[in-house]
Amino acid sequence: MNRSSRNLELGTNRDNIPRSKAERMTKFKIRMHPARRLLVRAAGLFRHSGFVIRHLQAAAAVAAALLGGCTPPPTRVSYGDREQVLFYGNGAEPQDVDPQIVTGVPEDHIITALFEGLVSEDPHDLHPVPGVAERWDVSQDARTYTFHLRKNAQWSNGARVTAQDFVRSYQRMLMPSLAAEYAYMLYVVTNAEAFNRGQITDFSRVGFQALDESTLQVQLNSPASYFLSLLNHYSWFPVPVSVIERCGPIDQRGNRWTRPEHFVGNGPFGLIHWRINDLLVVKKSPTYWDTDKVRLQEIRFYPIESFEGQERAFRAGQLHVIYEAPLSKIDSYKQKHPELIHIDPYLGTYIYRLNVTKPPLSDKRVRRALAMAVDRVAIATKVRRAGEAPAYCFTPPNTAGYTCTARLPVDVEAARKLLTEAGYPDGRGFPRLTLMYNTVESHRTIAEAVQQMWKKNLNIDVELENQEWKVYLDNQRMLNYQIGRFAWIADYVDPKSFVDMFITGAGNNQTGWSNKEYDRLLAEADRAPNNQQRYDLYQKAEAILVDEAPIIPVYHYSHAYLLSPSVEGWYPTLIDHHPYKYVRLKPRPENLIN
Amino acid sequence: MLRFIARRILELVPVLLIIATVTFFMTRMAPGGPFDSEKNTTPEIRKAIEAYYGLDKPLLAQYLNVMKGYLKGDLGPDYKYPNRSVQELILSAFPVSLELGCLALAIALAIGITAGLIAAIRQNSLLDYSAMSLAMIGICLPTFVMGPLLALVFAIHWHWFNVSGWDFARDRVLPAMTLGFYYAAYVARLTRGGMLEILSQDFIRTARAKGASTAQILFKHALRGGIAPVVSFLGPAAAGIITGSFVVETIFDIPGLGRFFITSAFNRDYTLVLGVVLFYATLIVLFNLAVDIAQVWLNPQLKLE
Repeated sequence: MNRSSRNLELGTNRDNIPRSKAERMTKFKIRMHPARRLLVRAAGLFRHSGFVIRHLQAAAAVAAALLGGCTPPPTRVSYGDREQVLFYGNGAEPQDVDPQIVTGVPEDHIITALFEGLVSEDPHDLHPVPGVAERWDVSQDARTYTFHLRKNAQWSNGARVTAQDFVRSYQRMLMPSLAAEYAYMLYVVTNAEAFNRGQITDFSRVGFQALDESTLQVQLNSPASYFLSLLNHYSWFPVPVSVIERCGPIDQRGNRWTRPEHFVGNGPFGLIHWRINDLLVVKKSPTYWDTDKVRLQEIRFYPIESFEGQERAFRAGQLHVIYEAPLSKIDSYKQKHPELIHIDPYLGTYIYRLNVTKPPLSDKRVRRALAMAVDRVAIATKVRRAGEAPAYCFTPPNTAGYTCTARLPVDVEAARKLLTEAGYPDGRGFPRLTLMYNTVESHRTIAEAVQQMWKKNLNIDVELENQEWKVYLDNQRMLNYQIGRFAWIADYVDPKSFVDMFITGAGNNQTGWSNKEYDRLLAEADRAPNNQQRYDLYQKAEAILVDEAPIIPVYHYSHAYLLSPSVEGWYPTLIDHHPYKYVRLKPRPENLIN
Repeated sequence: MLRFIARRILELVPVLLIIATVTFFMTRMAPGGPFDSEKNTTPEIRKAIEAYYGLDKPLLAQYLNVMKGYLKGDLGPDYKYPNRSVQELILSAFPVSLELGCLALAIALAIGITAGLIAAIRQNSLLDYSAMSLAMIGICLPTFVMGPLLALVFAIHWHWFNVSGWDFARDRVLPAMTLGFYYAAYVARLTRGGMLEILSQDFIRTARAKGASTAQILFKHALRGGIAPVVSFLGPAAAGIITGSFVVETIFDIPGLGRFFITSAFNRDYTLVLGVVLFYATLIVLFNLAVDIAQVWLNPQLKLE
């Protein structure tokens, strides 16, 4: 980290001493801090008292050094740059590093270092590139994928990664008794859903088959052209089932195989240290098939939860990269240190859900009026200010080449007209609605802005109510709300990750909205032979979603974070994945000064 | 004395039982559950997870199961961190909080008692006013302001310490100071009050009349009675300080128990909430016992009973 960034808040320090004064000070042979000079002089007064005084002088020198007269010690980051150790502020303590148990983003950051799936990700745009599979064939009907595994892919215990390993991993993932939360990610495979729900118990009927040690065949329900992107989600990563067995039953959640002493993985790094709420360290794995390409020797993940705390640690040269920059600091970094702050697009959308099961929101005209009266540009640029894009439909633009064309424009006149048609001219007689959000400052500011827009544009009053997180989630799930905030972050880079949410009865629909045509279009999309046809169907489906307005899209996410300039091979990607295999640290002179 | 201690420890059993019962039912009554998240899984998978942890059973059966586990010394699995058990989490985090707490307590007592004594001896002098104003600032300045402030000055600006972490001996300094200053302020005010009360008593006047020096009066006669309020305060305060402070641990990223105390409740991590609450309750009871004993030692007019 460069030295001037240290002074971001505290103004000046010794570096700002005018040159002439600094030169005068060098006449004393050593450049001395004023405090140190005082102490040394004070000790000098007693110069003739011999032994005791010599000790006093030494003590004074130590005290002066402590008072900050000397150059600051090298930072952790500069050490990391030299030794290729990446210090990563990871936002939260990982629940576990078992890819079949966890669900979060901090876990994702660690698991992608520890495991590798059939395919891997290109560091620039995350498109699937060969991983454990060196190549694959797709059948004519696009329903059968045959993966040819590379012969030199190894687990960290030296065993070969075989096709059987993958089959056994997927069997574990789908075992009803393991209750893997992301099991549904595998439902594209023939009979996977039936097995996971316990409707069939014979795993050989599920569409995974190891033809030989290095050939894996996967049979899909329908030609899913997003299948390869899906494989980069950690639920598709292989796990060492034989190692897990040794640590306990494979289908139980308390299994300790992910402790550093038992851990076996197949990724570019291995787990060597894990202390809860303190630090997790992964070290370059010599058994990884492409280990020659891996430049980083270690990555240390610090589970620092507060964004402010992360920013302080970054500024003090303790972290190379942080999870997210605090909103309050973004402007100042943009002005003073644009080289440190990165604002990447992020595949997520912030929306308001409308509960369509109760009047007046059961009336489509009311929902549309509300949506058309929310000034997204003002929210993105004045309330948020971290590079978010105003949202007019659910799927963010350019998601794997898909940009939805339908949009509900902001049009206050039309909104008023709709409200009049619905029986509330100029907002008269409109029932008092409640807008709910979970207790977080940034949600409140957005809610207040929206409240004012509705008051000003439609003359309707909306009450704001904040709730503690789990209470909030419970009320959303029980449809015990009228308007509620929600955010959706994609699991994989494909519009399917978004549009599937509003299928009738889907776990995250939670608006009570249901549309037969929408469901039909999405079911047809799942069978579409290629992306073009699939995307066309999504366009039609999303046009329905926009028209019916069970949700008000507010903005598409961005990811604002701080990154040390010494980190190379780190590109802006849509889901905050930065394949560590390509990351390297380049020592910079200013880092050493700091 | 021994009988007194034995009786108080026996009393701990019903107290803990009541606390456990109330905590158990309160956490279960709170809306939401440990497996609610922004991304919902399918209802079937959710049911399977709840079944795995026995959360699908009737509440009373769950309660009996938990109690049975506690009798066997098994505090149960943790929901949030599935490969860890509750006792493991508490045992790994407590030593850290204990270390931080003891350091902070030492700072609080050293600064607090000294400042309080000086203020009491020089009552209504400039020294008194400045010490007490500082103490007032210390009480008013919450740790979440003090912590970042110390970090900014000593870690970011002067690079003497790390901003966060718990790796080296010097990483203890800023958190211990943050936590210690806050309590030092209380201790200073209590010491001053207690000392002033004692110093105005007849036996002090007698001692003075007999020609005892100020130091003798202070340390031999007055201090023992004067710090009694501090000792009563220290019982619950010490239990709180060594089970960790959520705020200080979060600011300095310290792997202590205080964070579990708060986050487990937010996460509806039922087993961890119960474990931490009981642990904390036991400590409070034990510290109060220690305080009672210390009070008797400090004040011969009191008797254990």
